[in-house]
Amino acid sequence: MDLNILWFILVCVLFIGFFFLEGFDYGVGMLTPFAGKTDGERRVIINTIGPFWDGNEVWLITAGGAVFAAFPHWYATLFSGFYLALFVILLALIVRGVSFEFRGKVASPAWRKFWDWAICVSSFLPALLWGVAVSNFITGVPIDANMEYAGNFFTLLTPFTLLGGVVTFLLFLYHGAAFLALKAGDDAVLERARGIGRVSGVVLTLVTVAWVAFAFFTTGLKSSPIALAAVAIAAVALVLSVIMAWTKRWGTSFIASAVTIAFVTVTVFAAMFPNVMISSLNPEWSLTIYNASSSPYTLKIMTVVALCLVPIILIYQIMNFVIFKKRVTQDKLEY
Amino acid sequence: MEMVLARIQFAATSTYHFFFVPLTLGLAILVAIIQTRYVRTGDEKYKKMTKFWGNLFLINFAMGVVTGIVQEFQFGMNWSGYSRYVGDIFGAPLAVEALLAFFIESTFIGIWIFGWERLGKKAHLACIWLVAIATNLSSVWILIANSFMQNPVGYEIVGGRAQMVDFPALITNSHFLYQFPHVFSAGLCTGAFFIMGISAWHLLKGRDIDFFKTSFKYGAIAGFIAVILVVGIGHFQGQHLVQEQPMKMAAAEAHWETSDPADFIIFAGIDQENRTNSAEFKIGGLLSFMSYNSFSGEVKGLNDLQAEMETLHGPGDYIPPVAINFWSFRLMVGAGMLMLLLALLALIFQGKIEDKKVFLRLMPIALFLPYIANTFGWFLAEFGRQPWLVYNLQTLSEGISTVVPASSIGISLAGLVLVYTLLMIVDVYLLVASARKSPELLDAPAGKEGSLWI
Repeated sequence: MDLNILWFILVCVLFIGFFFLEGFDYGVGMLTPFAGKTDGERRVIINTIGPFWDGNEVWLITAGGAVFAAFPHWYATLFSGFYLALFVILLALIVRGVSFEFRGKVASPAWRKFWDWAICVSSFLPALLWGVAVSNFITGVPIDANMEYAGNFFTLLTPFTLLGGVVTFLLFLYHGAAFLALKAGDDAVLERARGIGRVSGVVLTLVTVAWVAFAFFTTGLKSSPIALAAVAIAAVALVLSVIMAWTKRWGTSFIASAVTIAFVTVTVFAAMFPNVMISSLNPEWSLTIYNASSSPYTLKIMTVVALCLVPIILIYQIMNFVIFKKRVTQDKLEY
Repeated sequence: MEMVLARIQFAATSTYHFFFVPLTLGLAILVAIIQTRYVRTGDEKYKKMTKFWGNLFLINFAMGVVTGIVQEFQFGMNWSGYSRYVGDIFGAPLAVEALLAFFIESTFIGIWIFGWERLGKKAHLACIWLVAIATNLSSVWILIANSFMQNPVGYEIVGGRAQMVDFPALITNSHFLYQFPHVFSAGLCTGAFFIMGISAWHLLKGRDIDFFKTSFKYGAIAGFIAVILVVGIGHFQGQHLVQEQPMKMAAAEAHWETSDPADFIIFAGIDQENRTNSAEFKIGGLLSFMSYNSFSGEVKGLNDLQAEMETLHGPGDYIPPVAINFWSFRLMVGAGMLMLLLALLALIFQGKIEDKKVFLRLMPIALFLPYIANTFGWFLAEFGRQPWLVYNLQTLSEGISTVVPASSIGISLAGLVLVYTLLMIVDVYLLVASARKSPELLDAPAGKEGSLWI
């Protein structure tokens, strides 16, 4: 296997890590004002992701860095092309990051409510926009002969990509509800999280079916066996997850929703392989894992670095989940 | 128009970012040292100190993290020409920074915040040390990246873009070897003056004397060491830059004409258009001395350097904005000298610091000195690089994104400046409010807030 393919897979893995991990904390963020009604309940909700969200977000930063290092043209075309969409995501991430920290620092109901809603909105926007962005990955976008994006912000918004946004929004919401059902130790919060989880799971399934059907008939999805296999696994996992949610087996449900997220991501990456940015103007102009990549020397260096560090990262991030495996209750709020 | 907006955006976001970062770098180490003392002695006072300074650390930390996210992505957004041209080299340190530093930092900060009761004392202490090491490790990698822009090494131009051919050369770039210790000690200096400034404020009020006297002592010792390092390394770094980026240093001195011996200009009226100074107040031979430790020695002037650049790269204006460099350099060095004096006095006074009322009044103001030095130090580093994006390799106009319209950059610039400014106000407000609280009030846990509203 050549290093270009390896790095394509590694970037895919980083996005899987990002969507799986940050997925549930976007979900929990969106649910904060809805699943929690009192200050204490909301603190419980936030504390379920308290020790994790920052480490989860680094998966995105790393994915960005990896794309830059391994496929500089992909990085340059994507971020200059999806400029305003990315700007909104960045702005949301900025607000979100400080909201968690600022919220508890002033003991005023208005202050706390403000930051609760800031957490909710700043979790919602990226949850939605990632779906739009990722859907554009499989449909392709106008890219000219010089690898430059030739559309504008509104080119990115089509019925299919907007539907994709709704899919990731619901997927992360559902994933977050399942996480909360596992981690919250407060009865009122649990009750609401389970209710939202059950309902959003069903809606999510319906919307996902529509999006996949859309993708099947209008994109390159059907010509990739790996993408078809991945989408089938994702579908089975999703249905299983929702059934588990209705039968109150939240542990299994959460794992199954994680599998769903992972295989939806695999679907997207497999559907565009070996391209990294598909040109809708001329297939010849697409960016591929070869014409967009770094030199073999750089890829080799980065491969050594990544293969040494990623396993260690996995070990201490898993350790983090073990340390904070207990449910979060109102009488033991340490922060 | 795009160029102007993109440059303002980079300058603005970087300046905001580096307003928070040095304190993170330095205070992390100091909090870790204080907590080590707690774990060693078991003395509750040090636990309280860890919590008090740790709380301030966290408020500041959050802003450093979120403003850093933009930094990583704006190369692709505004400078896609640059990203294509040097991505083969520049992307690698950014990716390593994330893999090696950000993951440790972000994971263990979470464990540290929430782990006081869950972990053993030593394991919990290890967390803050990992955070302190990782934050400084992240500065290693971003400075390696920046050093390539200042002094490109270990590359070859292949097919119209720079390709990495020597990774060890990239990470042992001479520019980086001076820059990192300078930034590291500047961070420690910022943390130390932060602790001394706030402690002095409390001591002046006569509150929690023991707590803040001990805190002040830690600040004084760390501050003294750090300021000696930052000034000393800065001196050698300047001498090195005379060789490596003569244009930058000549601009920092408003030194237009080559001379031997060269005079040091204290103040000048700078006339960039006519490439001369309209007024000068100078000390004979001192610039030669600063450059070579000897009162003779030729120091090249901006006009000769411009001529050299034209021979190498063709016609163009290669002189950076001289006034910005000149005054940034003076602000940085001036602040550094003041800090040196204050740190020395702090060390002498710290045993009886509560009696030194005038000094106690000065130190809360001196808290801002490192901020001035940090900001203007970077102004010098980055403005001094102009008009190059990558020194001697790529100019700004070759690096900008060609597909992003001015309106988009304008929107993002306005949005970022607005949000950053609002958040910075909130953050500084929280820092001030938390810094003024008595450490005794800290133990009122967040859990008691449950009844705040229904």
